[in-house]
Amino acid sequence: MASPSARAQRRTAALLLAPFSVLFAAVTLAPLGYAGWMSLFTTRTSGLGFGGTRQVFTGLANYANALSDPAFRDGFVTIAVYAAVYVPVMIGGALALALLLDSALVKARSFFQLALFLPHAVPGLIAALIWVYLYTPGLSPVVDLLNSLDLHVSFLSADNAVFSAANIALWEWMGYNMVIFYAALQAVPGETLDAARIDGAGGLRTALSIKLPMIRPAVALAVLFTVIGSVQLFTEPKVIYSASSAIGSSWTPNLYVQTAAFTRNDFGLAAAASLLIALFAAVLSFLVTRISRSRSQS
Amino acid sequence: MTEPATLGRRPRSRQRASALLSRTGVTAMLGLAALYTLLPLLWLVLSATKSRQDLFATNGFAPGRHFALLDNLGHLFQVDDGIYLRWLLNTVLYAGLGALLATAFSVAAGYAFDKLAFPGKERVFGLVLLGVMVPGTALAIPLYLIAAQVGLVNTFWGVFLPGLVYPFGVYLARVFSASYVPDEVLEAARMDGAGEIRTFCRIAFPMLTPAFVTIFLFQFTQIWNSFFLPLVMLSDQRLFPVNLGLYEWYSSALSQGHPQDYLLAIVGSLVSVAPLVVLFLMLQRFWKSGLTAGAVK
Repeated sequence: MASPSARAQRRTAALLLAPFSVLFAAVTLAPLGYAGWMSLFTTRTSGLGFGGTRQVFTGLANYANALSDPAFRDGFVTIAVYAAVYVPVMIGGALALALLLDSALVKARSFFQLALFLPHAVPGLIAALIWVYLYTPGLSPVVDLLNSLDLHVSFLSADNAVFSAANIALWEWMGYNMVIFYAALQAVPGETLDAARIDGAGGLRTALSIKLPMIRPAVALAVLFTVIGSVQLFTEPKVIYSASSAIGSSWTPNLYVQTAAFTRNDFGLAAAASLLIALFAAVLSFLVTRISRSRSQS
Repeated sequence: MTEPATLGRRPRSRQRASALLSRTGVTAMLGLAALYTLLPLLWLVLSATKSRQDLFATNGFAPGRHFALLDNLGHLFQVDDGIYLRWLLNTVLYAGLGALLATAFSVAAGYAFDKLAFPGKERVFGLVLLGVMVPGTALAIPLYLIAAQVGLVNTFWGVFLPGLVYPFGVYLARVFSASYVPDEVLEAARMDGAGEIRTFCRIAFPMLTPAFVTIFLFQFTQIWNSFFLPLVMLSDQRLFPVNLGLYEWYSSALSQGHPQDYLLAIVGSLVSVAPLVVLFLMLQRFWKSGLTAGAVK
């Protein structure tokens, strides 16, 4: 038997949750469900293409096709190489910058925080445009400078495109993660740091043995979002793809999905591949969470 | 020299020489990082002021021979019957209005999850967290498929409606509500006979203003950033957000050899980024607190 106030709370909760829930169901749950359904069908053209098309139930064939397609698997290889480069540099770089900022020596802290965060105010597509211009020979002062030093680097070649893409993402997100880490460092109690100092620990030692372990949860979360971000890689490759013939139309899994849907018109395959990417991201985030948790318990 | 001055946080005597050295070192390293983040923006600003000839002929980190910013701006707003202005307006609607509504819905939901009792609460919240985990780009094709079913492909709504849902905002709002809205205040309001809705609107909502601004900023950048979804959903240029329009100019500069579009994409980028940078400078307090609330708790 609910008291009047409990009933009122329930009614209000329903009212306050309604707009979000209805829209969440419409633009997240329903599309996922529909994509799951679509992924079980394939489009067959009957006759010579004059008879129109019909949907044929194919079970898990689209999933099997995607997984056995070397182009799709290569996309994941690209992601793996990208993440192997990007995640350590990003997390290490942002941590180093946050520790430097926190090292009590810095004047103009807020200047540096802003200067390093500023790229995050630039939309990803525009960041990619700026950098691809900076990678383009004949337009780029960076390439000119390297050439004058007799270093001939082709940023848009097949071998270097992964690093070029990682650099764009690094530019956008490093300051963002730095601000998070810096905020976490501010929460480290002063007494702990004083104790370390009295015990004779220097700045570097304090940073590595005291500060780092204490902000581990913030670092773990940043690793998680960085890994999920890597799986989603699309904007930077899409822009690089327009500028360079060196990378293919299925360079990353998301590019593969887009090509499957709009170049090959195979929506069943695109839906299956999308869901595989979502599943992959979910499994990865589960693993990352798991690993960081067991680490912090040990 | 040997006095134990407590000006700094460390004993001074031993540290003076090395502190000077490492102060320079630390500042130099941060300075290098700042160059890395600021130089590309400087390049954008300088390039937008150049004529097409100077863009290719002068150093990217130096001003051009002619100051062509005004000509470039004039061209930007005139080309294709002023389509750029239309893209800007679309973006304001998609990102501005969309984020405003998304934030209102998130704050209402987050407050309900934090302060109100209802059956199955944690299970429903788990579903919201699942929504946080599904990568946005993996949803683009599923969204396209369902939009195709209900006839929303290549319409304003196909891009606008997905922006109204922000599961991470609900999570943030719950965290904020727990720390900004004391239970005692709500109890007092209930004692005084205020209804639940009235309590939320008149008492809790004003206390959640910082949460509102923070979530708005996050979702605003998120929608402004989105590229895959509009790319898939829209084919009518007049519905494009700025991002997609700039991408069109950029790729036509490359694929169809329209070098004038190089400059258009650059000037257009600067014009759409500038207000965002100003917004971030003005609202520092909010995004910093938002980052902390989202990451540390």
